[in-house]
Amino acid sequence: MLCSYSCGSSDHSLSRRGFLGGALGFGAMALDSMMQPAFTRELQQQQKRVLMIWLNGGSSQLETWDPKPGTDTGGPFQTIATSAPGVHISELLPYTAKQMHRLALVRGLNTAEDDHGKGSVIMHTGRRQEPAMKWPHLGSVCAKLLGDRDNPLPGYIHITPRGNGGVNSEDAAFLGPRYASVALSDGHAPANLDRPANLSANDDQRRHEFRTHADRKFLSSRRTAMTEAYTQSYEQAAQLMRKRDLFALDKEPPAVVDRYGRHDFGRHCLMARRLLEGGATFVKVSHSNYDTHHENFDFHIEQVGEFDRPFATLVEDLHERGLLSSTLILVASEFGRTPKINRNYGRDHWSRAWSVALGGCGIKGGSVSGKTNANGTAVADGQVHGGHLFHTYLKALGFDSKKNFYIDQRPIPIADPKASPIAEVLA
Amino acid sequence: MTATPTPKLDPANTHLLKEYKHDSPLLGCRFDPSGQFVFAGAQDNRIVRWHLDSGKKTLLEGHKSWVRALAFAAKQLISADYAGRISFWPADADAPKPARTLDAHRGWVRALAVSPDGQTLASCGNDHLVKLWSIADGKLVRELPGHDCHVYNVAFHPDGTHLVSADLKGNVKVRSWERERPAERELDAKILHKYDGGFLADIGGVRGMAFSSDGSLLACAGITNVSNAFAGVGNPLIVLFDFKSGKQKQLLKPKTPFQGTAWGVVVHPSGFVAGVGGGNGGMLWFWKPDNAQDFFSLKLPNNARDLALHPDGKRLAIPFFDGAVRTYSLEPAPTPPKPAPPPKPVPKPKKG
Repeated sequence: MLCSYSCGSSDHSLSRRGFLGGALGFGAMALDSMMQPAFTRELQQQQKRVLMIWLNGGSSQLETWDPKPGTDTGGPFQTIATSAPGVHISELLPYTAKQMHRLALVRGLNTAEDDHGKGSVIMHTGRRQEPAMKWPHLGSVCAKLLGDRDNPLPGYIHITPRGNGGVNSEDAAFLGPRYASVALSDGHAPANLDRPANLSANDDQRRHEFRTHADRKFLSSRRTAMTEAYTQSYEQAAQLMRKRDLFALDKEPPAVVDRYGRHDFGRHCLMARRLLEGGATFVKVSHSNYDTHHENFDFHIEQVGEFDRPFATLVEDLHERGLLSSTLILVASEFGRTPKINRNYGRDHWSRAWSVALGGCGIKGGSVSGKTNANGTAVADGQVHGGHLFHTYLKALGFDSKKNFYIDQRPIPIADPKASPIAEVLA
Repeated sequence: MTATPTPKLDPANTHLLKEYKHDSPLLGCRFDPSGQFVFAGAQDNRIVRWHLDSGKKTLLEGHKSWVRALAFAAKQLISADYAGRISFWPADADAPKPARTLDAHRGWVRALAVSPDGQTLASCGNDHLVKLWSIADGKLVRELPGHDCHVYNVAFHPDGTHLVSADLKGNVKVRSWERERPAERELDAKILHKYDGGFLADIGGVRGMAFSSDGSLLACAGITNVSNAFAGVGNPLIVLFDFKSGKQKQLLKPKTPFQGTAWGVVVHPSGFVAGVGGGNGGMLWFWKPDNAQDFFSLKLPNNARDLALHPDGKRLAIPFFDGAVRTYSLEPAPTPPKPAPPPKPVPKPKKG
């Protein structure tokens, strides 16, 4: 039975009401019964959190993490030394280079999927797309494993550069929409966080007490996962209203805003810092767009140039606030881009040999896993795929990535059982 | 014996003269002032020199990144790369080595121009700056700020009094360059730029720029009508300005639809405008300044990336993605010799 609030559509404009609705729906079966009790206890560790930066469209590994200057595929950019001895990255990342001792690179990635949608599935779920099974996104898994039921913030927050905010229930798959991503369009707070002007505080309180009373009576005879989620979502929304200041970037000193950059991605990274600091479990920030079939180099100057400083500032700020050791950072895309430069100065989709960056919680700063050949056309050593990355994320967060979720007593491996963590980048 | 008539330059006669091959895609090319050589910058960080008559190929090595900008001051080749460096070379040496190299800009140097008196070099780049250099000693003369984005092109007016610089956003600034001062006026080529809200990125810029020899016209080449920045879906356009008034005189477009960018333009001394495009293949177009549509076009074998006019005014050079520079003649193709008439049959001897 669907809650009448829930439209289940990702286009749904996120409001407090939408937020409530998104927490319900058919998948409100997201029960602790999915986890064996011992495992559940294991997961209730110190608060850990995840920052995912999603470079939408497929950023070029050659213009970021694995440059090959002076080769037929290298393009016009040079490499620069970083704060990690022996590690060189593209000159387009001068600020990030100074944080490299806190980051790690996986340069042997071969995801063998050049389609945007399917590549995105691999990079978000650690599995290839399957017709008969939908796997939950890393954000939903982390919301499930790391989340606190009393946290007023959604477990999986996605700051998007544009579009409508809303709840994307599909991200959570069998975990249920309670762990779905909640999109904050352009980093804006959910609508209607403030109590309506025509509703007095006293009336609001009386309304709340009446609903609680009705809920209690209803629950006494018809308690289900869905009704529990329904009640809990109201509590969460009320708490979210009390934390509305988290979304107020205007409370940041101008100098801080300047450090992040007065552009969308700068604001979004600053918002991510505030949310992580405020207790968010998983924050994904999307940066658009890197799908550079044409003019790859001019566009990467613009896009990577915009990415570099806010990202490096965010890493630095997390470190200074003592949050970096408990915050896993990952920078990923659907795939990389072709080593071959096409006739329009572009690079096309390429998943056979590309890179991601990791950092923070459980990651060995300054480390590099895998290697591509001289002109970046193939993985020469340490080849891994999306499954290995998923294991690595979980292991870095302190989980045994070989464990299972349980649905109706049936074990469902959290990560691809054929893969394993990438030891070289783990602390 | 009658004198050979002077060939009439009619772009409709344009035909391939010669092909010079390199093994890396090319970005830009120029003939040297003597007209003996054509030079091209390549994606392998080299400059390639070909002797036009013999086809002899010489590699000029020393740049650390791609080279698109080439200019000449007397017998010096001046080149600039995407690592921010400018190099001076003896253009006609057997094995040219850089005589001087300047760390000129932060980031790409996109274009170079030499003043009509041959004393001053102008450069522009991704650091939003135009810089002036003394060619005699390589010293910086002055910086000319004023652009708020990458500066894509620079050119001296033929009368030597003004400098024009054009950027990603289609802002074309005109200023007297002998003293540091703000631009005196701006020409509007913003039709060559778009901020693509779908991809959240800028696309466009003045990719080619040229004055007419009398300085009355300024042509700016690029892409317009962009509907998909990252796939390069747009159309080539040349914005032709009446320089004195600063007004757009004409928007020169291909008569037959073409998807891509106009990468190079020249204004021929005889009055027509030539431009090349690359994108969905390659094309060479010719326009009359008063007509928006080309009066002649030639399909090219590959994506064209620049256009240069030979000092004799009769030849064009085009560098291509496939690594070739191809030269084209504007003169009528030589008429193939008529086949010799069949030999007359030898009369049979009469019997008897």
